[in-house]
Amino acid sequence: MADATPSIAEQATIWRKLVAARIRADWQYRTSFVLFTVSQFVAAFVDIAVVLVLFTNVDRLAGWSVAEVAFLYGTASLAFGLADVFVSEVEFVAHHIRHGSFDRFLLRPVGPLLLLSGHEFAFRRAGKVFQAALVLAVAVTQVDVGWDAARVAMVVQMVVVGFLIFSGIWVVTSSIAFWAVEIREVANSFTYGGNFLAHYPMEIFSGWLRRLATIVPLAFVSYYPALWVLGRNDPHGSPAWLRFAGPLVAAGVVLVARAVWSSGIRHYRSTGS
Amino acid sequence: MALIRLEAVEREFAVHQRVGRVRRRRQVVRAVDGISFDVSAGEIVGYIGPNGAGKSTTIKMLTGILMPTAGTVRVDGLDPQRARTELAMRIGVVFGQRNQLWWDLPLRDSFELLRHVYRVPAARHAGRLAEFVDLLDLGPFLDTPVRQLSLGQKMRGEITAALLHDPSILYLDEPTIGLDVVSKSRVREFLARVNRELGVTVILTTHDLSDVERLCSRVMVIDLGRLVYDGTVDDLKARHGQYRTLVVDLEAPNGPLAVDGAEVVRVEGPRQWLRFHRDRKTAAELIADIARITPVVDLTVEEPRIEDVIALLYGRAEKD
Repeated sequence: MADATPSIAEQATIWRKLVAARIRADWQYRTSFVLFTVSQFVAAFVDIAVVLVLFTNVDRLAGWSVAEVAFLYGTASLAFGLADVFVSEVEFVAHHIRHGSFDRFLLRPVGPLLLLSGHEFAFRRAGKVFQAALVLAVAVTQVDVGWDAARVAMVVQMVVVGFLIFSGIWVVTSSIAFWAVEIREVANSFTYGGNFLAHYPMEIFSGWLRRLATIVPLAFVSYYPALWVLGRNDPHGSPAWLRFAGPLVAAGVVLVARAVWSSGIRHYRSTGS
Repeated sequence: MALIRLEAVEREFAVHQRVGRVRRRRQVVRAVDGISFDVSAGEIVGYIGPNGAGKSTTIKMLTGILMPTAGTVRVDGLDPQRARTELAMRIGVVFGQRNQLWWDLPLRDSFELLRHVYRVPAARHAGRLAEFVDLLDLGPFLDTPVRQLSLGQKMRGEITAALLHDPSILYLDEPTIGLDVVSKSRVREFLARVNRELGVTVILTTHDLSDVERLCSRVMVIDLGRLVYDGTVDDLKARHGQYRTLVVDLEAPNGPLAVDGAEVVRVEGPRQWLRFHRDRKTAAELIADIARITPVVDLTVEEPRIEDVIALLYGRAEKD
């Protein structure tokens, strides 16, 4: 008999097989599969159009140039898109709890998060990732920055930290389903709403929204590290170390998410027979 | 050493009832109320009880899905809730009304996916699958999408899916629900073989008592969260089935017969059902008594049915 816990490589294989099965299953309904995928890709580009329209009316947004905002937008969107592809499936936990099908996820020798991620994978969510990568690539060439190794590393770190923070928020908000079943809207206001917040310079938001973004900690996804990469000052005078606090914040978010999720599993009460 | 051991296990659920428009009253329901039992390796146990008795709750605690409110559960030396993923390798579970197969994919694909989830080497998987295909005659629909399978075919697929990783314990929650007579007997035959030949310990909940009579060496009856019987099917009948029923067809309809030591439980035109205690009166005495009152045309004696025996047990628990 195999070891109790599968290795990372084995988990990756399981995930790949589940995703392949999911895509094959979705492909049974070809028309909706194609339509959904195309519409999501289109929607992703409409998003950029919104930003461009904004800048045809103003040159700068709270002192930020188009390229700089695009840089914020690109890093945050890429992080968000990756979390959307790999982790957002966790929100289906509410659906499975309600329909009594969550039991099955707990009966496998693999973590339920991995199974959910594979099971509920949707190819169409990848649209955002391509779009965000494109925006970021363009922004990087347009911003007035002397690129060195440290700055490049920081961009990578922003995406990784952002991915972890968005993922953590998704897990935490989805976990509410263990205590109260119908919560998808609450979760979405944090994740999709959070993504929106992270697209723009914090200066344009009112004070309470800014504080919320620091607490929830979306400001660490793109804004604070971007200040450093772009060599800008925070008009609100936040301490300099905040620009490098991302990894620490991400680690904290991941730990909290893990604790909330496992506490949720312990509270899980299944449905009658 | 017991493979499965429950000691004074309890599970409570908080239920919120609406009182008035907004206010809700919180009420604690004890679904499982102090259950203890041991199951040894190789047993095949029927776990029965009325709806809401706590059967599924018990099974879910055995698999680690639910945490007991009090008491201890040990399965193969593990605490199911703490070591859930580890235990998953050693158990197979079939929930009769839940589906673990990939709905839109051929049955074969589900088996292949589960092979990866349980990390079964390809060669061993192929051998085992071939065995099940043969035993359960899965061949004709192995490449059919699950959504197009009949209920019986699906159940055979489900049981195979639960056994492919070679578990030592198989839990089945209502495995024959909704199946026709042929599929039912096929599933039963297969479960008996799995138990006998592969040595898999089987625990099944059911409403169909013929499942229990055909399959189980041991039966546990649960009612209102408590174990009201634990023993063999024969013992259950002998101990609690002291009442036999005499069915008499009278020449003409009659009011309920007043006979010493027997009680009329049902009247249908000229036919009457009389229940009597097997130690207090013989069938012959009872027939003689009735013949003295009114002429009898025909008669039969019914032995206790397991349903009736169990109905008596349920009633008893309620009175406690």
